[in-house]
Amino acid sequence: MPQGLHSIVRHQQIASFLMNNDKRLVTVRKLKYKEAATEALLQAMERDPSIFLLGEGVDNIRGVYGHTLPAYEKFGPSRVIDTPLSENGLTGFAVGAALNGMRPVLIHQRNDFMLLTMDQMMNQAAKLRYISGGYHKVPIVILSFVARKAGEGAQHTHSLQSVFAHFPGIKVVMPSNAYSVKGSILAAIEDDDPVIVLEHCALLEESDFVPEEYYTLPFKSEIFNCDGLSDVTIVAVSATVANAFEARNELIKKNIFAEVIDIHSINPLDIDAIASSVSITGRLVVVDTGWQMCGIGGEIISRLIEKSVHFVSPPKRINMAPVPCPASHHLLKNYHPTTENIINAVLEMF
Amino acid sequence: MMQSDYSPDLLKKLYGDMLRIRRTEEKLIELFKAGHIKAPVHLSIGQEAVAVGVMAALQSQDKIVSTHRCHGHYLAKGGDIGKMIAEILGKTTGCCHGRGGTMHLFDDKVGHVVSAPLVGASISFAVGIALASKMKKENKIAVAFFGDGAVEEGIFWESLNFSSVHGLPVIFVCENNLYATHSYILNRQPADEIVSRISSHNVKTFRVENGNNVLAVFEIAEEAVYEARTFNNPVFIEACTYRLKEHWGVGEDWDLGYRSREEGEKWMNNCPINNLRNFMEENGIPEQEIKYLEGLIELSVEHATRFALNSPAPADSELFNE
Repeated sequence: MPQGLHSIVRHQQIASFLMNNDKRLVTVRKLKYKEAATEALLQAMERDPSIFLLGEGVDNIRGVYGHTLPAYEKFGPSRVIDTPLSENGLTGFAVGAALNGMRPVLIHQRNDFMLLTMDQMMNQAAKLRYISGGYHKVPIVILSFVARKAGEGAQHTHSLQSVFAHFPGIKVVMPSNAYSVKGSILAAIEDDDPVIVLEHCALLEESDFVPEEYYTLPFKSEIFNCDGLSDVTIVAVSATVANAFEARNELIKKNIFAEVIDIHSINPLDIDAIASSVSITGRLVVVDTGWQMCGIGGEIISRLIEKSVHFVSPPKRINMAPVPCPASHHLLKNYHPTTENIINAVLEMF
Repeated sequence: MMQSDYSPDLLKKLYGDMLRIRRTEEKLIELFKAGHIKAPVHLSIGQEAVAVGVMAALQSQDKIVSTHRCHGHYLAKGGDIGKMIAEILGKTTGCCHGRGGTMHLFDDKVGHVVSAPLVGASISFAVGIALASKMKKENKIAVAFFGDGAVEEGIFWESLNFSSVHGLPVIFVCENNLYATHSYILNRQPADEIVSRISSHNVKTFRVENGNNVLAVFEIAEEAVYEARTFNNPVFIEACTYRLKEHWGVGEDWDLGYRSREEGEKWMNNCPINNLRNFMEENGIPEQEIKYLEGLIELSVEHATRFALNSPAPADSELFNE
């Protein structure tokens, strides 16, 4: 994550966090994304005995990128449950446990595997509160990972947030940094509805300032602005937020000021934040880790048009290439969104 | 039938519970024909003994989940008839405020947690409920009702496997009625009995050859409940029964040709309600007591129907009010 504006904003956020918490002393350290997520799981379990983790390999030596090992060491196999390879069943077990008073966190090592459990997530978990007339609460968290490393190929590189966000009744968040991953995992665990948290493997080693204390982040966008002087709005999600900041730093050299919005929550979508930015800049680039078809960019642009937001230049979308992900690293270089893609898209607008 | 070891109270309870389901569903037929029901009801007429026999072995804190054919489970677990009919009529006073309907008919206040028509889906909820129950040391067991078609779904085996590995107090109750919609079991499975394919999962299994004998179901269910509650072991019960009405709707479907009327008549002559009534008469329960019970049930169904018909339809704003 590039420094500069971004870290200033982070300090402002932490300062406001401090004020919102009755001026308690807040200890801030630099933590890696994966360490912040790990700390969130551990702190949640320390506070509430109804929280437990389950998933394939959660007690493993690697412990899902280290996420679950401290919790496993502290609480053992009764609250950190290694499971059979039964994605669909596991979601149902989590739902059943939630219907009996628990707050399970179900972990899938890749979001690709979640396609095996669409029935339980979308036909069941997302519907139960509504169809029970509001009686049932389904406080489950489904925590999973998006990846884009070379060689992983077509079935380990999906970024399925648009698919999941289609369904009412289930929330979808994609934290882009260590600060937001901790706050959103804790917010997801506190939420009484099912929440899907998609981490990104490309971010696991990235560091940011993270309070040691327990805190939650709302399912809203984060805006990094230049005090209303911006020329273009770059809306980005998950790992592409870093690309947006890199692009922003390059564009400044050409005297173009970009406002960066980290979508953070796909559903609910904080469209007002985006609308107020684009109302000023009139230019929009949406960068998404997923495909374009029926994707986040299309949704955002449609909603802005419905709100009569005025564009001075046609909005642009940057996505994965519209083919399955190739394994070859030679082909991969033109597959995922890059900083250069964003810079070029912005320059074409001027 | 043999001289009864059962108390008259138990016999009357089982009889009353089965008859309540039958009379309520017969009322649904009337309401359907009169145009009040705009929904695909899946009637359990003919299958009442499985729901009632199993439920009689449970305690009130125990939880159940079921399927699209859930009316019998709901009533046997103690669900209110008026809230059920209101739900099917889409009224606010329904047990799910009109949001669930006939295929999602449930009331967790009486321990019927969920009904779901996606075949096999709700089985996994019973496993999760039992997992939570074990974690919280609640001594509460979970029962999943499902049909023979559900054992063709992966999630059934996932559920069986997990509950065996983790020693969970789940009772799997398979109502084998030989047909998944209109497909005969031997076109779908290697045999028309299911239990022998289950026991390799280290799960105790039972087969009730005549699942229309409510006492036979009850005896097996008591054993299953003891096993699950005492040892935290999953148990599988296959109860052989038969659906007398069409897959969904209120008519009969012998004309469709996927099953014969002769086959159906064998089961009509093995009616769970008549079976128990004869047994009660043979065992000296006075006719007038039985008739009194029958009268009470008719009355309660009439009251419930009036309540449901007179209940208000939800306001348009209810669509969004969660």
